[in-house]
Amino acid sequence: MAVQRVPTRSVMAREPVDLSGKRNRNASEALIAAVLFLFAAFSLLVTLGIGGVLLFEAVRFFREVPVTEFLFGNTWTALFLEKEWGVLPLVRGTLVVTLIALLVAVPLGLMSAVYLSEYAGPRVRSILKPALELLAGVPTIVYGYFALTFITPSLLKPLFGREIHFQSALAAGIAVGIMILPLMASLAEDTIRAVPYSLREGAYALGATKLETSLRVVVPAATSGIVAAFILSMSRAVGETMIVALAAGARPADGWNPLEGMQTMTAYIVAVFTGDVVYGSLEFQSLFAVGLLLFLMTLTMNILSQWIARRYRKVYQ
Amino acid sequence: MSLTTNLGTAAGSVRRHTWRPRIANRNRRARVLSFVFMLAAVSAVLLLALLLGVLLLRGWDWIRLDLFTEQYSRNAEDAGLQAAILGSILLVAVSGVMAFIIGVGTALFMEEYAPKGRITDVLQTNISNLAGVPSVVYGLLGLALFVEMLNLGRVLLAGALTMGLLILPIVIIASQEAIRNVPLGLRQAAFGVGATRWQVIHHHVLPAAMPGILTGTILAISRAIGETAPLIVVGASAVVFANPDSFFDQYTAMPMQIYQWAKQPQEEFTQLAAAAIIVLMVILLTMNGLAIYLRERLGKDRW
Repeated sequence: MAVQRVPTRSVMAREPVDLSGKRNRNASEALIAAVLFLFAAFSLLVTLGIGGVLLFEAVRFFREVPVTEFLFGNTWTALFLEKEWGVLPLVRGTLVVTLIALLVAVPLGLMSAVYLSEYAGPRVRSILKPALELLAGVPTIVYGYFALTFITPSLLKPLFGREIHFQSALAAGIAVGIMILPLMASLAEDTIRAVPYSLREGAYALGATKLETSLRVVVPAATSGIVAAFILSMSRAVGETMIVALAAGARPADGWNPLEGMQTMTAYIVAVFTGDVVYGSLEFQSLFAVGLLLFLMTLTMNILSQWIARRYRKVYQ
Repeated sequence: MSLTTNLGTAAGSVRRHTWRPRIANRNRRARVLSFVFMLAAVSAVLLLALLLGVLLLRGWDWIRLDLFTEQYSRNAEDAGLQAAILGSILLVAVSGVMAFIIGVGTALFMEEYAPKGRITDVLQTNISNLAGVPSVVYGLLGLALFVEMLNLGRVLLAGALTMGLLILPIVIIASQEAIRNVPLGLRQAAFGVGATRWQVIHHHVLPAAMPGILTGTILAISRAIGETAPLIVVGASAVVFANPDSFFDQYTAMPMQIYQWAKQPQEEFTQLAAAAIIVLMVILLTMNGLAIYLRERLGKDRW
């Protein structure tokens, strides 16, 4: 390249010979660093874009509908002629589905995590871990389908008979629980595994059984990580869309009955697009108001989860 | 423990047992509960099996060639997935390449260039938060940014760009992990013989980290194939009669088609949806299997 040109010219001019090609190299190095920096900065732009877009449209929405009415109103009839914009029914739907999901995923996930970390041999682990990963790779629409065609008719119908609706918060919640199970299990297992071995040895030396060691020494030592995993799973459940769009129903809830359909915040967003939405209309802007609320909720949970994981880490070292 | 007080009471003969180790009892409890734990762990496998079983039972009869050669139809017998499969492939190709380039670039900057400190902390927190943003919110971003502001309309490119943004954090995090796992000695040796930073990265760090990066990218792409919510929001259509001509054409994708069929009240369409899910799952399981294989084979005992 250009490096070869430099010496000849330098010799003619009787200057010291620079064989390193340093100037060229430094210039291209700096260019590469700059380009890579731009790539890295791009992810900041994405965040700003999300925040900006949501705020921009939501503010236009809040010019028509007061924030207090949106946050504390108890009727949501956005898709009817007579429109009321109280978001609480949607929040309630999200809450109920999330709660049911956690009831499914947390006990199962924690017990699997303890088993995988403390009991399972390498052979069993090498089967169970990939199975969990595959379960994590199943698209959420498939879980939605599973809820609609299996959980409701084959599981809940025999239990509740007529009381269970075709779409229900319970069926959706169970499916969401199955969806977040791998996340809960693998995150909890990571932190349980990270507990130093000396703690276990100490417990054994005091005469504790394996179970007592696991439940009274190891798991408490991993509490911070488990709480972080719990919050992250909750955040995932809150943001889940396709399962609830298919299985949780299209009607904002009146009460708390999980056997009935309950529209969630995410399901509302999808429901609007299933019809025809006019750009710039109040419904269109309401999507961004609901989206903003959803974004803030999940963001708070994610930050909280990271903070707990970081704040209480490495206490035992 | 309180041996003396126990002996002093009238019911001493009963309470004296309390200070004994009760080892048989405790061992039994340990055995029973460890069995329960095992059941919980195995439940993941059972759930996966149940899921696949239900799908195969419902959809098997509908797996036929028409699925790949036919297009949308009101009639379940004539309906196929061709436009959806093609749409999914194009979506994933664009979003995968986009996320790979930006993601690996970001990871390189974070791991090899940026001095550890405030800026990297902010960037890192930002990336993990992006990974936690619900996919439907990415859809809203894509709708406002690509569909409306850039005025692309409800076309394939808008969907692909949105999907690219969605999977970007996954690629970044996986690439960072892979780059971090490259031993420092490799870099030091290269620097020692006079390589520049970029030469070190280009000739040594990147090739060494590539299996990990590829694994992450494959997982990200398989996430993109299954994502539905953002596509609904940025306006992928569920009713498309022809393959997309270009990136500026209307489009559909496999999960969109599944959603559309799953919602239908007729039994044939739910069975058709199961068949479509089977096709989707075969693709996904192959990709995930490939990713796990790559990681286990190429990632193990290399250093």
